[in-house]
This record gives sequence, C-alpha cells and structure tokens, in this order.
Amino acid sequence: MALKKKTMKKSSKKSTKKVTKKAVTKKTVSKISSNSNDLLESMVELIRKTSAEIPNDIQKVILEALEREEKNTSAEYAMNIIKANIELAKKKSQPLCQDTGTVLFFVAHPIGFDQIAFTKLIHKAVVNATKKGYLRQNSVDSLTGENAGLNIGPGHPSIHFHQHSKKEVEVKLMLKGGGCENVGAQYSLPYAPLEAGRDLNGVRKVILDAVLKAQGKGCGPGVLGVCIGGDRGQGYISSKEELLRRLDDKNKIKELKELEEEIVNTANKLGIGPMGFGGKTTLLGCKIGVLNRLPASFFVSVSYMCWAYRRQGILLGTNNKIKKWLY
Amino acid sequence: MKKLTFPFTKEQIKDLKVGDMVLISGKLFTGRDAVHKRIHDGVKPPVDLNNQIIYHCGPVVLQDPKTKKYTVKAAGPTTSIREEPYQWEVMRDYGIIGVIGKGGMGAKTLKGCVDYGCVYFHAIGGAAQVLAEKIDSVDAVHWMDLGSPEAIWELSVTDFPVVVTMDSHGNSLHEVVEKKSAEEFKKFI
Repeated sequence: MALKKKTMKKSSKKSTKKVTKKAVTKKTVSKISSNSNDLLESMVELIRKTSAEIPNDIQKVILEALEREEKNTSAEYAMNIIKANIELAKKKSQPLCQDTGTVLFFVAHPIGFDQIAFTKLIHKAVVNATKKGYLRQNSVDSLTGENAGLNIGPGHPSIHFHQHSKKEVEVKLMLKGGGCENVGAQYSLPYAPLEAGRDLNGVRKVILDAVLKAQGKGCGPGVLGVCIGGDRGQGYISSKEELLRRLDDKNKIKELKELEEEIVNTANKLGIGPMGFGGKTTLLGCKIGVLNRLPASFFVSVSYMCWAYRRQGILLGTNNKIKKWLY
Repeated sequence: MKKLTFPFTKEQIKDLKVGDMVLISGKLFTGRDAVHKRIHDGVKPPVDLNNQIIYHCGPVVLQDPKTKKYTVKAAGPTTSIREEPYQWEVMRDYGIIGVIGKGGMGAKTLKGCVDYGCVYFHAIGGAAQVLAEKIDSVDAVHWMDLGSPEAIWELSVTDFPVVVTMDSHGNSLHEVVEKKSAEEFKKFI
C-alpha cells in the first residue's frame, strides 16, 4: 500500500500528458483498497437488498398473476402467500427464500480496473453478508461434503468480469437457488423425442419441454433465460445473462421477441400453475438470446428462475458508494 | 382450512385429502438430502420420529454468540423429489406420518403413504419469511456435522400453512397435473 502511494506521487510530479493518464489509471486501482470500507459497505448492501427485496419489474408481474388465478384455489392460496412473503422479507430485511443460491456477480468495469483486488473485496462482502444472515451457509465441498460456512470456495461466489468503455463500475448480482437451477436443461438439436429440428420451431419445442419437465419443482411461476447456440458452457452462461434483462423489455430481434411471447402464452395453457398446483400462470416471462454455433452443434440452453427472482445491480460512484440502483 | 395439532395421530392423517389447505401446529423435524442418505445407509435417527413430521428444509439459522440461542431467519421448503429413493423407508422403519416439502414426490413415496399411513404436505416454495414467522422456537439441533442447512432442526410451529398434495388414500395432485399438462403439451408440438 505504502509503496503504491509512493509510485503515484512520483508519477504525478511528471507533467507529460502520457504519464498523467497512467497516474489516473493507478488512482482507480488503488481506490479499491484505500476506500475499501465504503466499497465493502456498498457490496454488502447490494447483497442484502438482492436477498431481501424483489425488483419492481418482477413484483408487478407476480401481482398480475395473483389477480388471474381463480378464487379459493390452492393456486390463489400459493400466490397470496408469495405476495405476503415479498412484503415480509422487505420489511424484516431478511432473505426472501432460505436458499440464497449461487451468488453470481456480473461486473462491468473500465480499462485498468484491478480485478484481483475487487475479487478479494467481493469475498469479504460475501463472508460479511453470510454472518449477518443475508446469505445462507451454502457452499459445500463436493468431495468431502464439508460446509465451511463462509460461502467461499472454488467457484463460489461466481464472478464474471467484463470490460466496458464507460468510466464507471457496474455490479449486477443474481442469487439463483438450487431448486430452479436443478430444472434447467440443455438440448442438442435435432432432438428426436419431439422431432425438434434445427430451426425456431425446434427451439420452441424443446423450451416448452423444459417447462413441462420442470412442473412445479423450480418454484413456479418462473422466468426462463434461454440461449440458442454457443458451446455448452457459453450457452448456459448466456442463458443466465438473459435473466439480467428487465422483464418488461422487448427483444430487439423480431423473431425472438415473437418466440418469447409465444413461449409464455403456450406455457400458461399447460395448466401447471403456481407451485405445480394447477392454475393459470406457469411462466411469468421468457428471455431469449442467440450466439453463433459450430456447423456440428445446435444447443438450446434453458435456465429457469423461480418466482423469488433475486437480482439487483448498482452503479458505483467514484467515492465507491452506491450512485444508482439498476433495477 | 383444516387444522392439524400436535400430538399427531394416524387417524388425523387418514382424514386429510388432496387439495386440503392445512395449518399445522406442533413439532417439526427438518431433514433433507444428507439426513435421508445417512438414515438409508443404516444410521439410526437421533430422535424418535414415530408419529412425527419431517420437513424438507435447510433453514438460515443464526446463533447468538453470547447466549448460544438459535434464531431461524428463513425457512422455506426444499425440493422433495431428491428424497424419492429414501422417503418410503423412513415411513416404514421410523413411523413418520407426514412429510412437508415442495414440488411433490413420486410413485414410491405415494405407495409408502398408502402402506404406512402418511401424507405429503406441500409448503409454498420460496416463502421463507412467511414460514419462518410460524416458527415459535428452535428446541434442539442434531447431526450438526452435516452443516447447518443439512442438520436436523427440531422446531415448534403454530399455524404453519401447507396444502395436501399426496394423501394416504393413493391420490396425488402431482400425478394429475403432470398427466393433464402432458396432454395439453401434445397439442402444441
């Protein structure tokens, strides 16, 4: 730390334009550690809010779904408890769902940003949030079965960095529970059991198949994030990134916009309903993205998000405090 | 709305039918993946489960560092189908009369419900706060070596809301919805 400050002093003394630029970059880097208390606070607050409060765009469609269900059915009962739960979690500032899920960070940052320091800080924030009960002790050693209780380990939390040309740092967070993650599916077209070929109709068939197979097990009514194409790994990551889209946005690609609407309409005719109790709303939304593929491969990757759709995002100010909430 | 109050009996269970909305008051034992596997592997449960209810749940529990008292911060159900290979054995060997979870269970469990007089209660998945509010106290914890979410938590609850989706007469709402939705699905494929 002391060494870094020294270097900065040295470089700021020099007056050529090139060196000044360098110094600015270093300043951004050192800020992560020098103002880390503010940054830590911002990140813990991001985790708290994500865990306890459902974003407005999601809440809106949940309330609409409640209105649609027939009165005095178990479907309506389920939706009423969901509504009460959303209000109570916010009021008590406690996890909406006890499965606080895979902790997925998506960080978009300017050039010259210190990913190593930021990763360390995220780890600190996750441990802190776990101790406060915003996150469950949710990370298990797959070989020994041991749960160290801190939510830190290989793959946990899951952090995805992207560089962007803006000056500010944007951090999005998704908490994705195991129940809904377990009903995700990846299809390779052609898919013989449904005669699903390598076209949009084939894509439509396998997405609906994923909904049928999920039944109520993913805590429906849910939202699908879908990726057409890519390799298996990129396909699943992109399907999750689709879930970062606002529920009320419209797909820029006309065919995909139509497919998204068709999937929701058809899924809601299947009668699976909230929790699989039977009823009118099986899906709250569907978001579909597309990646190029190899001539030999045609994957359709489906991620299912439960109704307890926990995602938030912040724009960090230069003082490392939260400048703006993104949802 | 029906009420089910501790001590639970086989007779009360027989009266429950698929579709009944029930408020449970009394004692619940959490038990999920690791507990069921350990019991299946031949280890005896640390508590008497006769006429008791198992709750598929991995709660968020905080312990006060001074008083050592536990508080449940969030406690919704986890997906039950993972216990499908084991659940009927726990009914047969240890006499449980109820299972609370989410997502429903399969044919083995349904047969177990009929053979041993048991019922499957569906709690609302994700409703961790509404359900945690119904917990009056944490009375004990067992098998903590499995980690907090996997341990057996002994809980006292009042008016814990559930829906019967599999009964002791061989009816399963999940079977019905699965069949109907599969038929609808064919129309769109």
